[in-house]
Amino acid sequence: MTANPYQASRYAADAAFMTFIAAVMAFLYVPIWVLIAFSFNSSRSLSWPPTGFTLDWYAKLATNDGLHAAIRNSFYVATGATILTLLIGVPAALAIHKFDFPGKTLFRRLILLPITLPGIVTGISMLNVSKLINVPLSLETVIAGHATALIGVVVTQVYARLQRLPGSLDEAALDLGAGPWRSFFDITLPNIRSAIISAGLLSFVLSFDEIPVTYFLTGRDNTLPMYIYSTLRRGITPEINAVGTIIVLISFVLICISVMGTKERDQK
Amino acid sequence: MATIIELDHISKQYGPDILGVDDISLNVEDGEFVTLLGPSGCGKSTLLRMIGGFEEPTGGCIRLAGEDVTFSPPYRRAVNMVFQDYALFPHMTVGDNVAYGLKLMGCSPREIDTRVFDALHLVGLYDKLKLYPHQLSGGQRQRIALARAIVRRPKVLLLDEPLSALDAKLREQMQTELKQLQEKVGITFIMVTHDQTEALVMSDRIVVMEKGRIAQEGTPQQLYDHPASRYVANFIGTTTFLPGVTESISDGTTRIAIGGGALDAVADIALPVGEAVTIGLRPEKVRLLEEGEASTNTLSGKICEVIYYGLGLRLGIELAGGARLYADKLLPDTLSRSHVPPLGQPVRLAVQPHNVFVFPGEVEA
Amino acid sequence: MRHFYRNIPAVLVLGIPFVWVVLFMLIPYGVIATYSFWEKKYPVFIPAFQWGNYQMLLADPQYIKVLLRTAKISILVSIASFLIAYPFAYYLVYRCRSARVRTWLYMAVVAPLWISYLLRAYVWKTILGTEGVLNSFLIWTGLVDTPSPIFLYNQFSMVVTLTYIFIPFMVMPIYTALEKIPKNLIEASADLGLGPWRTLMKVTLPMSLPGVVAGFTLTFCLSFGDFVAPFLVGGPDGNLIANVITTQFGSALNWPLGSALSIVMLIVVLTIISLSDRFERRGTAGGH
Repeated sequence: MTANPYQASRYAADAAFMTFIAAVMAFLYVPIWVLIAFSFNSSRSLSWPPTGFTLDWYAKLATNDGLHAAIRNSFYVATGATILTLLIGVPAALAIHKFDFPGKTLFRRLILLPITLPGIVTGISMLNVSKLINVPLSLETVIAGHATALIGVVVTQVYARLQRLPGSLDEAALDLGAGPWRSFFDITLPNIRSAIISAGLLSFVLSFDEIPVTYFLTGRDNTLPMYIYSTLRRGITPEINAVGTIIVLISFVLICISVMGTKERDQK
Repeated sequence: MATIIELDHISKQYGPDILGVDDISLNVEDGEFVTLLGPSGCGKSTLLRMIGGFEEPTGGCIRLAGEDVTFSPPYRRAVNMVFQDYALFPHMTVGDNVAYGLKLMGCSPREIDTRVFDALHLVGLYDKLKLYPHQLSGGQRQRIALARAIVRRPKVLLLDEPLSALDAKLREQMQTELKQLQEKVGITFIMVTHDQTEALVMSDRIVVMEKGRIAQEGTPQQLYDHPASRYVANFIGTTTFLPGVTESISDGTTRIAIGGGALDAVADIALPVGEAVTIGLRPEKVRLLEEGEASTNTLSGKICEVIYYGLGLRLGIELAGGARLYADKLLPDTLSRSHVPPLGQPVRLAVQPHNVFVFPGEVEA
Repeated sequence: MRHFYRNIPAVLVLGIPFVWVVLFMLIPYGVIATYSFWEKKYPVFIPAFQWGNYQMLLADPQYIKVLLRTAKISILVSIASFLIAYPFAYYLVYRCRSARVRTWLYMAVVAPLWISYLLRAYVWKTILGTEGVLNSFLIWTGLVDTPSPIFLYNQFSMVVTLTYIFIPFMVMPIYTALEKIPKNLIEASADLGLGPWRTLMKVTLPMSLPGVVAGFTLTFCLSFGDFVAPFLVGGPDGNLIANVITTQFGSALNWPLGSALSIVMLIVVLTIISLSDRFERRGTAGGH
């Protein structure tokens, strides 16, 4: 059997692709491993080669009060923002999916705008308003800002799921005697639940990590990323790597929950 | 029989000039199986959805058992629907799907159990109670959708193209099954379909729709044997249309000149002599005469096309004027060469006068 | 007046997001627009309607320079992301034979979105710095003798960092667009005698263009408004427009000017979004 030139070129192309994919994966994940690795490095400077294993940086985190307060604030903000985005985003997705109304295109564009619009604009516009009507900046203004910036994320995900749901399901429920509310809670909601959960998780994570909006809207209280951001002004330390490692770990767990939720749905 | 559904001058206007349904009045009797038949876009589904309460008419009135339900929502009418895609709830088991409508009626758990059991028995799927819809075949899903709709004992069951998602074999089987089920439960069925065979096999009465209006209504046989228009003749069964001119008229019979000959027709419409008309002939009603066989009401031409379709032959026959019609010839048990006439062979045809449809106007291109 | 059964829920379902959009988006945007015409009279801002702030943006070359630099960096980031994302998505859709591997690789690219954006920028600071991981690694391997300052605090480091941060936004739409192309079109093209390369250029790339445009839009706009990456890895000469805005709201205390700059940013972003929208609509209307 002679080698087929077409096959040979295909193998070459495959090999090239494999190398490329490996390089992309390295580009994406080596930095994250670097972040994690240096959180266990005994030296204060972040340079190669590592000097030795230590958990000191994690121990330091345990006694850092400012950090603890920032984490608590972030949880408060992310929880509030997630609840708000869901309360606004899910109805918005339903409205766009179900109803025709004048100005629908504009409404849809506006609500999706913050996905593309840099957070700084959202932050500044709301800062201006709070200044104008004399609302003091606080974690609550941050929550409102995050919700505004993240509604688009929820709307996109929930809307995509709604579109895959046959419209006849809702009609069948009405036909069988359910009023519109009942039909929503009995039929629509269970079928979009996993999309809502994963959208909620994503909003939580994004809000937890948010800087541009928070930067303008927070008062005296710092959220975790704002705390890290201000620490960074004073230089970099392995302590930040330790915080980063914990955040990466939590993010990883949340990704897994979100993926498992989607899988369960697909099997059904 | 009592009238269960009254449609009183129902219209549905979508835009300024877009009429989905145009001034339809129709009564459906209790226990009837009525089919709304027509091509897509003729308004049949819109009409069904208005009866179901999913859309509001822009004019007219719908009465269900004497009560005006024109604007009541679907959940306040004793009407249930079998959806084209079945619309089974994917997150509920078969049992929960069927029980859902009963729970909303406020039935006791015991009553729900019995009625779900009965309904699933009726469609022969009680063993599937604990399965989810995605674990069922298409035909089974169809039956569950049916069970879910009739378990509430609606006054009227609406079926929107219920068999269109099934493959040909299963569809045929379900046609008879559905008809038997309807007779057993005695509920009024209103079905929408674009499939004339389905309509003919299942219905007590067919309503043929055209552009939002009723083109003709009647029993399957009435529609088949006496189509009121070219549209109906064309939509139900196969009909070839030929140009003709009225020659003479005498007590109920009209003689029509056609392709170098002439045919007698029993025409209900009064036409002046010398009027151009369209003749409709069904291939299975045109009989090929044996050589030398005597008959009345004949035409002659020559064979120009032979189509074999299993049950018999469909012969294309060109008349003297160049017009072409089709005649069916059933085949004996064993097909031999002598049964297949050669192209170009002259033939004579006979048609009963009541099988000659006469429609006013010239043949449309 | 008849009340159709869906009216009440409709009002609520639409009303909540509608009120939110008006209160927290439309009005605030209007307020920034208003502020951008105000005058700064230290230490307060005076309501006014004058074009002074915008005139200053046009007259002072420093602002034009920053705007152009921001645009340049954003374009470079978009191109770099595209060059990585397109072959990657192409591989996933056309070359990868195992559905499992495809899902994993796709998730691997999207997952970083879930990981803190600040950390992803920060880690490049630790890698690219003069004392950083890359330099010390190169010295350790003996490739260089002295740490090189060329990696950090320049436009290169900003492009690398922003590409790293925003690459999922390029992969996602391109992947979706490629997946939507019917496979038989590619086969038809091969059947007509087009080689793989010409199939890519004549069929696959044009048909995936909506995804590419969406990816460019997202990547460009998000890079355009970023101020964290420039702050961390940009260095003294690496200020982008967003940094200038933060300064106006911070130490420079010139909100009207900052608002005017925000309005400029808003207009740039809206222009790009509507251009990309128009492109997308033309694509769907034309059919091919």
